[in-house]
Amino acid sequence: MGRTIAEKILAAHTEMEDFKEGDIIKVDIDLALANDITAPIAIQAFRSKGFDKVQDPSRVVFVLDHFTPNKDIESAQQCKLVREFAREYGIEGLFEGGEAGIEHALLPEIGLVVPGDLVIGADSHTCTYGALGAFSTGVGSTDFAAALVTAQAWLRVPESMKFIFKGELQEWVGGKDLILYLIGDIGVDGALYKVLEIEGPAISSLDMSNRLTMTNMAIEAGAKTGIIAPDDVSEFYVTQRSSRSYKLFRSDPDAHYVSIREYDCSNIEPQVAFPHLPENTRGISEVGDILLDQVFIGSCTNGRIEDLRLAAHIMKGQKVSKGLRCIIIPATPGVYMEAMREGLLEIFIEAGAVIGPPTCGPCLGGHMGILADGEKALSTTNRNFVGRMGHPGSEVYLANPAVAAASAITGRISSPEEVVS
Amino acid sequence: MKFKGSAFTFGDDIDTDAIIPARYLNTWEPSELAKHCMEDADPTFISRISPGDIIVAGKNFGCGSSREHAPIAIKASGISCVIASSFARIFYRNSFNMGLTIFELDEALKKIDEGDTLEVDASSGKIRNITRGEVYSSRPIPDFMQELVKDGGLLEHIKKRGSI
Repeated sequence: MGRTIAEKILAAHTEMEDFKEGDIIKVDIDLALANDITAPIAIQAFRSKGFDKVQDPSRVVFVLDHFTPNKDIESAQQCKLVREFAREYGIEGLFEGGEAGIEHALLPEIGLVVPGDLVIGADSHTCTYGALGAFSTGVGSTDFAAALVTAQAWLRVPESMKFIFKGELQEWVGGKDLILYLIGDIGVDGALYKVLEIEGPAISSLDMSNRLTMTNMAIEAGAKTGIIAPDDVSEFYVTQRSSRSYKLFRSDPDAHYVSIREYDCSNIEPQVAFPHLPENTRGISEVGDILLDQVFIGSCTNGRIEDLRLAAHIMKGQKVSKGLRCIIIPATPGVYMEAMREGLLEIFIEAGAVIGPPTCGPCLGGHMGILADGEKALSTTNRNFVGRMGHPGSEVYLANPAVAAASAITGRISSPEEVVS
Repeated sequence: MKFKGSAFTFGDDIDTDAIIPARYLNTWEPSELAKHCMEDADPTFISRISPGDIIVAGKNFGCGSSREHAPIAIKASGISCVIASSFARIFYRNSFNMGLTIFELDEALKKIDEGDTLEVDASSGKIRNITRGEVYSSRPIPDFMQELVKDGGLLEHIKKRGSI
């Protein structure tokens, strides 16, 4: 029996031979990351259990991105704790202030993850790096603390599900729509404990930004990770950013999958996930009349330069609907700088949007755009749970950046076709 | 170890934002987190529970964010254990890593109603519904996870054995 790409990467990181699906194995990790919310619990646990050595500081990354720039005293204390720990243990991978971006946008952008890596992160969207042909998965703070001590993790060897995307993409359809469509098909626990292996001619033609959007939301189907096998596109992306050596793994033709699904992209229109689960998807033509109070464009899902270019294309020369707040947050300092150079920020500000500094901020109801009771927001983020972006009585709809930009202009959930002739 | 308490039931796909909303993640203090446990799913929950009570839920309990604040809040609230038809994977591993006892029980919400008195034997995984007079077997826990429970969580396990 052949092996999947996930199994091959795990095999390259464990001494345990002949493992099979469902086994629990011990793996060496290439990188462990945590943020300003999850690292403090790990640091407290590390200290309270009496550990005094970080096994390999060069494999540890802290990104202070969730409640930063510090939104209150408590958040400032949490960042201080992480900063002091990093200094004490010689961890150079501390990203804060003007070096901080949203972790899952930042790490691929600056070349900290390469194909074949095994990455664990105390953040559920760590699955994002699967688009680079890495095995990366979200864990908790205690797992991260264990990684500090041992540079290892325990993992259950996951089954894989294969998803093949064929056909031409419709206009205004991107990675966000494909992954929302997939989640709408299999449900928020449709891939529980499993790997989403995503492939097909439609995926080969996607740029890295759209691919990262897809693997980013694997967790929204309950998956351990999402993986796209590396190709010329991903290899080029990585070699532009990293000098580290990398390994390209691919699934064997006779590898085992618990299921194989095929989608014809020519039938997939822009998707909108209705409250309060990412699986509540509808095509844009079936949305109906939904008035909005806020539009948010940003996050580790859709805050990259390609997303902002798309939004700017639609918003150029237009005005944000009176009474609606449009908040745009470039995911990293690099994205911010590029958006400035290309004149995108000017387009947004002239349209009446608010530009925020790189942060997770409103995506998880942290700060920089919290919703009041009864308010409705359309967001390019990844989750629309009850209270996710603010008051438990608010509602979040998920969509791609083009739909978000068009909706900001019209004041209701709209197809880009309504705004761009 | 045996747990005895009243069942507090929740539906499918209870996410970690419902268990502990992100607006409270500016602290890691268990007692502070406990005050807001399940707040966005049921704001009255924390005022109604007694020590030892048990959360019972449908499928995919703990989906969404990896925040360990979720099992920490539940444990610190005095809830003794969680029974669900299935758990989201990060919540599942977090619970074993940090020491919240959880059980997977098929069709949990068909077997247990809100307010039922339950007695759970952690070592055998047997769940006794005293109100209904029925006994159910939860899904077996893998050997490694049992080891974690026995050692007192992942970090104690590492201390004791020198590695994972």
